[in-house]
Amino acid sequence: MPTNFAATQTSARGLATNKLIRNTYTLLSMTLLFSAAMAAVSVAVQAGPGVGLVCSLAALGILWLVLPRTANSAAGLGVVFLFTGLLGFGLGPTITYHLAMPGGSQVVMTALGGTGVIFLGLSGYALTTRRDFSFMGGFLIVGLLVILGAALLNIFLAIPALSLALSAGIIMLFSGFILYDTGRMVNGGETNYIMATVSLYISILNIFTSLLHLLGAFGGDD
Amino acid sequence: MDWMKIGSALLIIAMMIYIWPAAKHMLTNSPKAEKGDWQAAAVPILAVVGFVILLISLV
Repeated sequence: MPTNFAATQTSARGLATNKLIRNTYTLLSMTLLFSAAMAAVSVAVQAGPGVGLVCSLAALGILWLVLPRTANSAAGLGVVFLFTGLLGFGLGPTITYHLAMPGGSQVVMTALGGTGVIFLGLSGYALTTRRDFSFMGGFLIVGLLVILGAALLNIFLAIPALSLALSAGIIMLFSGFILYDTGRMVNGGETNYIMATVSLYISILNIFTSLLHLLGAFGGDD
Repeated sequence: MDWMKIGSALLIIAMMIYIWPAAKHMLTNSPKAEKGDWQAAAVPILAVVGFVILLISLV
């Protein structure tokens, strides 16, 4: 009997994990499409550079104050779309800037495709190995604080080389976060698909903007 | 100094304040890595670095 009980428990946990992964990737796909549509609207209306900052501040407010209170209810879905829509709209000025560069459309499409390959590759790796990457938590969060501190410094110093190094660091750091978050989903560390979607969305967005920055700086016809 | 710089700095400071409690929790509660764990994480991240270098050389 105890063996049957353990087998039933394992099976139920497996089903719950599969459901979590399916729901997360479905919601992530929908929010990415919505975010891309909002970015396209932002490019079409030629939103100014301040829009990105205002949208990011509003999105952070939602992440901080609204999402934790709604993540366990149906209202959380609307909040996720609001959050990702705002960040997508805020991305418009950056994309407009890169599109105006020589070979800009190629740079934007390469960054988009490259981000997709990185995300699918890392997520596929974490899902197939089913490894627990939670040991990376402390390292990743310290890395994030270091990068934020350096970015804060570089707002006032404006060193181009530091800006490029930060972009490279952000790609590596959020690649680690994709492994960490996917590993948590697989191993039961995360059970809420709304929070899992938001974590993965933030990683994808940061990898995309940093890759765009690097490709814009090193690539193109300049 | 323009308001964009001040706004960006405020955004980053707000992010740091938002992350701080989670950072303290993750630092104290993260499990220790076992043999081979860091290698399993480093290989795909190094593959990403190689892929980004490839993309830069292609555009």
